[in-house]
Formats: sequence, structure tokens, C-alpha cells
Amino acid sequence: MHELSIATLVLEAVNAEAGLRPRMRVSKIGLRLGDLSGVDADALTFCLEALVRETELASAALEIERRPQRNKCSRCREEFVVVNYQSACPACGETSTEFISGDEMELAFVEMEDS
Amino acid sequence: MNRVPLGQKVLKENDRIAAELRERFADHEILCLNLVSSPGAGKTSLLERTLQAFAPAQRVAVLTGDIQTDNDAVRLARFGFPTKQITTGGTCHLEARMIEKALADWRLEDIDLLLVENVGNLVCPSSYDLGEAAKIVVLSVAEGDDKPLKYPAMFFRSELLVLNKIDLLPYVPFNLANARDFARRVHPGIEIIELSCLTGEGIPQWQRWIEGRLKSRRKSLART
Repeated sequence: MHELSIATLVLEAVNAEAGLRPRMRVSKIGLRLGDLSGVDADALTFCLEALVRETELASAALEIERRPQRNKCSRCREEFVVVNYQSACPACGETSTEFISGDEMELAFVEMEDS
Repeated sequence: MNRVPLGQKVLKENDRIAAELRERFADHEILCLNLVSSPGAGKTSLLERTLQAFAPAQRVAVLTGDIQTDNDAVRLARFGFPTKQITTGGTCHLEARMIEKALADWRLEDIDLLLVENVGNLVCPSSYDLGEAAKIVVLSVAEGDDKPLKYPAMFFRSELLVLNKIDLLPYVPFNLANARDFARRVHPGIEIIELSCLTGEGIPQWQRWIEGRLKSRRKSLART
């Protein structure tokens, strides 16, 4: 249960960004969460909603993009989504494949409007 | 509407401190291992077995994290190596800045092996890089053999799985073959050692693993 501290960091970063544009307000916060990020999207949403209540960010929408695990085959270089931990290459059957993404925990974007 | 793309890591400050720590460990030729597990899997017992086997002259140090109490540090300090408790006061994992702070009054040039015992928790510690050379996940056979599937991020990020308490295998429904298979499904390259901190079975294999890591560290340093 570290989503509260993650949510706090997200809002710090959002506020830092908002501070650069004082005449605008944040209308949407975009996050990117990989399946291997170790973060529960529902718990994070709950924490963010609780923290923004009665602040300037209260009306901002939240968009969370989930990212599946992607691997790359060491033989045929095929890139593929790993489903149910099946990390063998679906194209050539090679079992040695390399992790490329799916552990993201990122503030992807903020959307701003004139206030 | 005005979208500002950021692509900013939420834990960038932790990652920055962890990268600094990793560099300092490399400068001082320190092997840092981060032990993670659910509560009660036997991290402290494994550290007791580990410290017991080292000669007093060997340069080992221990940081042990808990939400409350210094019980683990007291248990581990009796082996005579520098040992420090990190009490997080509620935080469910160790963060890089806690390691940085704990190391502030230690001479890194006097340490070869730094063992970090994380807070017992299979979720959150997986997200926080501490600058370690490897994460080691401890799973006891008193738990479910499907833990690797339930907590994939932790097993994915760990180089070694230590299956502990194998002396209990006759009394519990834990299926070793399943546990190995589940761990390898999540992380095909994971190494696995089975042992019992109570009877000592498998401990030599664990010691050889650490020795191997200490040696390959020296070799890689010699090359650079």
C-alpha cells in the first residue's frame, strides 16, 4: 500500500507544472502504469481523488493508460505482448526473450485550460 | 485545451538517489544485496545464517528495515558486524534516501558486502531501487506456492529466489515444482536456491552464490 505516497509525488509534479502557467488550470492528468509497476490503479485513483478534494486540482480528470509487458525475441527480434507470463516468442518459439517495457510509473501529460 | 507531454517518472527522485548510491558502491567496490519477502518468510533468519558463516575480519555490514522496533538489529548485531536499524515509522518499504541517510556515518571503504533487509512486503519494495546490485526474494514453504504469480513485479525484479523453511515440506501442501515453475514463468532467468535456516540445509549453496557475486564484482571492477 504505497499508492498514497505515489499519489503525493504525482500531485507535486502536477503542481510544479501548473506553477509554470499561472493563468491556466489543470483539466486532465495523464498517467502511464505498466502491469509490472507494482502499483494498483484503483488504489492510486482513490488516493489521488482524496488528495485533490477542495484543492485547485479537484476538477481535473484522471486518465490512466495501462501498459502490458512487452518482450523482444533474441533470435528473430520480434516484439510482442506477454500474456499470462508466456514469454516465449510467438513468431519463432525462441524461449530466450528480453523485457523491453511494462514497468512504467509515469506522469505522461497534463492538460491545461485558460481559467 | 493544451496538452503538455511530460513522460516523467513518478519515482525520479528515488531513482536519482539510487543511481548515486550505485555509483558510490562501485567506487568502493561494495556488493549491495536487497532482501525482500512477505513478513515472516525468514529474511532475518537468513541474515543470521549468513553472518554466522563470515569470519569477524570480513567486511560485512547490515541495514535492516522495519516499520517499528529495532528487534532485528538487536538480533543481527550480536554477530559483531556493523548493523543499523532503519525504522520507517509506517512506510511499507525502504527508499533510496533512507539508505543514503543510514550510510552517512559509515566508512564505505571498510565495507565489501552490504546486506539490506527490506520491510516485509511483496508489493511496494519492488518499485523502489536502492542502488543494490541485486534483489533477492525470499519465499517460505509455509506460504502459497503461487506467490510468484500473485506478486509478479517482485519476482520479475529479483535475480535470485530463496525458497526457505524446506524442513517444513513434509507438513505443508507447498508444491516445490509449482513454485519453481511459477517463478520462472514470471522471470525465466531467475536463479533458485532451496534451503532451511533452521537445519542449515542448502546454506552452503547460498554462501557460494554470495561468494560468486563478490568474485564477479571484483573481476568486473578489475576490467574497468
